[in-house]
Amino acid sequence: MDDFNSETDSDYTSYWRDWFISSRGNEYFCEIDEEYLTDRFNLTGLNTEVQYYQYALDLVTDVFDLDCDDDMREQIEKSARHLYGLVHARYIVTTRGLAKMLEKYKKGDFGKCPRVMCEHQPLLPMGLSDNPNVKPVKLYCSKCEDIYNPKSSRHASIDGAYFGTSFHNILFQVYPALVPPKSIRRYEPRVFGFRVHAAAALQRWQDARREELKDRLHKLKIDSGFEDDDDGEREDEEEEDEAGDMDVVATNP
Amino acid sequence: MSSSSQAPESWITSFCSLLGHEYFAEVSEDFIEDDFNLTGLQSHVHMYKEALEMILDVEPEEDEEDEDEDEEEEEDEALGDEGRLGYRRAGDRRHMRMASDLSVIESSAELLYGLIHQRYITSRPGIQQMAEKYELQHFGVCPRVHCNGCRVLPVGCSDTPGQDTVKLFCPSCLDVYTPPNSRFQSLDGAFFGTTFGCLFFMTFPELDVGRGGDSFLTATTGGTGSATNADRATRSGASSSSANQLQHGQPTTINGVISSNLAPGLGQGKIYEPRIYGFKVSERARSGPRMKWLRMRPDDITELDEQRRFHEMQQQAAHDDGDDEAEVDVSMSSNQPGDNAADAIARRKKAPIRRRRQGAGSGVGVAVGGGSPMDTNGAAG
Repeated sequence: MDDFNSETDSDYTSYWRDWFISSRGNEYFCEIDEEYLTDRFNLTGLNTEVQYYQYALDLVTDVFDLDCDDDMREQIEKSARHLYGLVHARYIVTTRGLAKMLEKYKKGDFGKCPRVMCEHQPLLPMGLSDNPNVKPVKLYCSKCEDIYNPKSSRHASIDGAYFGTSFHNILFQVYPALVPPKSIRRYEPRVFGFRVHAAAALQRWQDARREELKDRLHKLKIDSGFEDDDDGEREDEEEEDEAGDMDVVATNP
Repeated sequence: MSSSSQAPESWITSFCSLLGHEYFAEVSEDFIEDDFNLTGLQSHVHMYKEALEMILDVEPEEDEEDEDEDEEEEEDEALGDEGRLGYRRAGDRRHMRMASDLSVIESSAELLYGLIHQRYITSRPGIQQMAEKYELQHFGVCPRVHCNGCRVLPVGCSDTPGQDTVKLFCPSCLDVYTPPNSRFQSLDGAFFGTTFGCLFFMTFPELDVGRGGDSFLTATTGGTGSATNADRATRSGASSSSANQLQHGQPTTINGVISSNLAPGLGQGKIYEPRIYGFKVSERARSGPRMKWLRMRPDDITELDEQRRFHEMQQQAAHDDGDDEAEVDVSMSSNQPGDNAADAIARRKKAPIRRRRQGAGSGVGVAVGGGSPMDTNGAAG
């Protein structure tokens, strides 16, 4: 295996996987264990998905020793990256994979939520499809439960299938304590201090839907997970606010 | 001499072309020279006069002047006519200024410019200038996937400087986001203000806010020509979709906004649905979805017409119980339902809803009085 470095491109000073996850643009990937990669069961079905499957696998596992021209080499390199991505999607839902991604999540390797009210909640990478070449990777915020585009274009070109549609949801199923408290704080569009009617009406409607959800969960005796969950008190406060605002509106004209 | 508009590069132009100042519009000198527009800014800005001179590139003049006259000058300025003369005369002091002074003035000038900018972009020429920047996508696009690269506007969460940095308001999801580039994360939000974002879309109600999507991709990769083509395509798409809505008995405007422009990025199909191996995660799960309400929008937008719904409810109540009619009258005329002890119990039960609806109603009243684009609301109801 050590011969690998000397007989191929001088760029690859380290093992392929080390090089891959440390290269620019691949910050979202974690390192897949050698054992996982060498267990053929974990790779079931991927041989039809990846060109030059065997060479690509050899390259990923650092046993590649084919003498070939640069074009061929590049092709195999591309296949290896694709293969790594597809295995990655399977690996990160395993116990070890989840733990590795959790570390990266805690470090904020996937970025922070751009939504102001989420207050820099760390994101998780996800795909909108489990099939490759459909949609690039998106980022999931567990606080607002919405998905965002990565802000850097080098991440926006990564295939979403390398993370899959289930990983981020499984992570919170496995580690439910990590589910952040949900916030009901939101941005209120205002003009000269007055709430804008169209937006405010929509938000009141949305708030009613939220209260319905809370009621549903309350009846089932399930913790709704909102930041300040003592319903009665909070509703009273809201009404007071409402009345206060109304007074301002009424006296102004 | 009094104006430096012929100068090759004014302070304003160079300030706006600085890295990280891409969001700023160039405030016209006419706007700054009108003292009315600067009302009250003196108390916010240290070395106000010098800062204003710097912004306007006022050159120092020959005639001598004492420091003592400062106070008088300020009064003159408040009176209006002699204010401009005052600035020019005050320019003398530049000769004696120290380098440290200059950096103080420079930062004061930036603050003052920002505060003037907040006012300018809500004025007619200012908002027009910002509209051009919006069209050219100078402020970027919404990071939310379901907003399809909708254009955003810079806003502040406070009108007071030093509170919070600039945010980006997306009209498609009615939410605010942190600018992706860190160089904007030190820009004060008060320089754009809380009003601008919404006022912009009220000023240009015809603007198709949901547009973006494909045009975003073409605009970043190709030229503007292809982008405008895509724009046109999406625009026609939007108009056909609004036609479809009409067929389903949906009004074209709701609460004073064109229906297709009310949060087009929200509603069914635009909410992320968490799934594990294709199966939806139940809301009963501890990690289940809890925040869908934030991205909801009723399929039947007439549900948002609170005024109409209130009247419907009122009629319903009148039918159900003759007694209710009197109760409604009370709550219409007063914010304190429940002062009549006889109906107190029944009323208290319904009071919160009534008060809310009424609040919305009076809000509309204000808007109509101000001649805002929201005045169609009454007609819709």
